Amino acid sequence: MANLKDAGHLFRMAAVFAVGIVLFLVLRGIFVPKTFGQYGHYRAAAIADVAAKPVVFAGHQACEACHTDVHEMKSKGVHARVACESCHGPLAKHADDPTALQPPHIDVAVLCVRCHEANIAKPKTFPQVVSADHSGGVVCDTCHKPHSPKIDTGVGQ
Amino acid sequence: MTITRRQLLILLPAAAIAWDSILAGTPEESPNYKMTDHWWGMLIDVTKCIGCGTCVQACKAENLVPDGYYRTWVERYRIAEWDTEMPQVDSPDGALHGFPATTQEGGKNFFVPKLCNHCADSPCTQVCPVGATFVSPDGVVLVDQKYCLGCRYCIQACPYGCRFLNPETDTASKCTLCYHRITKGLTTACCETCPTGARQLVDFKNPNDPIHKFLETHSVQVLKPYMATKAKVYYFGLDGSVR
Repeated sequence: MANLKDAGHLFRMAAVFAVGIVLFLVLRGIFVPKTFGQYGHYRAAAIADVAAKPVVFAGHQACEACHTDVHEMKSKGVHARVACESCHGPLAKHADDPTALQPPHIDVAVLCVRCHEANIAKPKTFPQVVSADHSGGVVCDTCHKPHSPKIDTGVGQ
Repeated sequence: MTITRRQLLILLPAAAIAWDSILAGTPEESPNYKMTDHWWGMLIDVTKCIGCGTCVQACKAENLVPDGYYRTWVERYRIAEWDTEMPQVDSPDGALHGFPATTQEGGKNFFVPKLCNHCADSPCTQVCPVGATFVSPDGVVLVDQKYCLGCRYCIQACPYGCRFLNPETDTASKCTLCYHRITKGLTTACCETCPTGARQLVDFKNPNDPIHKFLETHSVQVLKPYMATKAKVYYFGLDGSVR
């Protein structure tokens, strides 16, 4: 130890470094979020933050649980694979509590043509009409039932 | 027992590291959803898209996307016979209200729905200076709204133009693949409401997912494959002119 007699300045420097390192680790422990780096260079808790958002569209399974009659009619028609909320809009609130929110009234004249108005860019196999020529202003649901739209009375389609 | 100065200097950093790991704690885990069991993507059948814009409306309603910004949108392509390299593309209001009639005759006309491609090697997450955007363990590119500075690096890095700065929060915003829905067993809002089934949520790690049978018999493509982003939104029936 005798030859360390004049090495006091080295110990003082080491002490300064040690304090610096300890301070860094303590501050890092305080300021870096607890889940940062769990899966990668990001805050793992952010995943839970995104997943915690409320659902707005209930999903057709929720609708079908109660509206079995509509589901049965729809499943036999050409709209079988069109989800309820495609036309009726987002209704998770209604699915959670049917009295809380009533589905809004649907303007058939606007809704049907959104899909079925003729456009050259649409797939050729998709049923399309030029609405002005097709019905002459008569609203769609006068003839077509939206849940099963094909007309099989022989009058036409 | 006495502690020498030398021993103290060795012990202090060790104690600090131990304290650091105590502070870290154990992160809470979602009980019913295991991230490692999923690898999400989407299949888009271009031949089924009718350009109705129901997906755009549904996305807006589900995710409260501000007016004038879109997490998903639909483009209409028109390719005249004489120029396949220069398609005419339009997307009025992101197709929120559908499309007006195509007035020009002839040529090839079709719709292409677009959204975040949830790339496995995403350029957007690599440029974030603060670790606010990332690919989750189940393959969804997400933004940490609490960490994002709004520096816009990721917005200019995305080769597909799928990100925007949310004017309400001043943070980067994008499609989350309806992460709050898919982790609850639901499909995305756009896939749920698509009337023709042109969009389908895909879980590549689910052996029962119809995607595996589909890929056996169909040719699919991703957008900008030359960017090597490992995009996970697969397009069926995609024309080569689509960018």
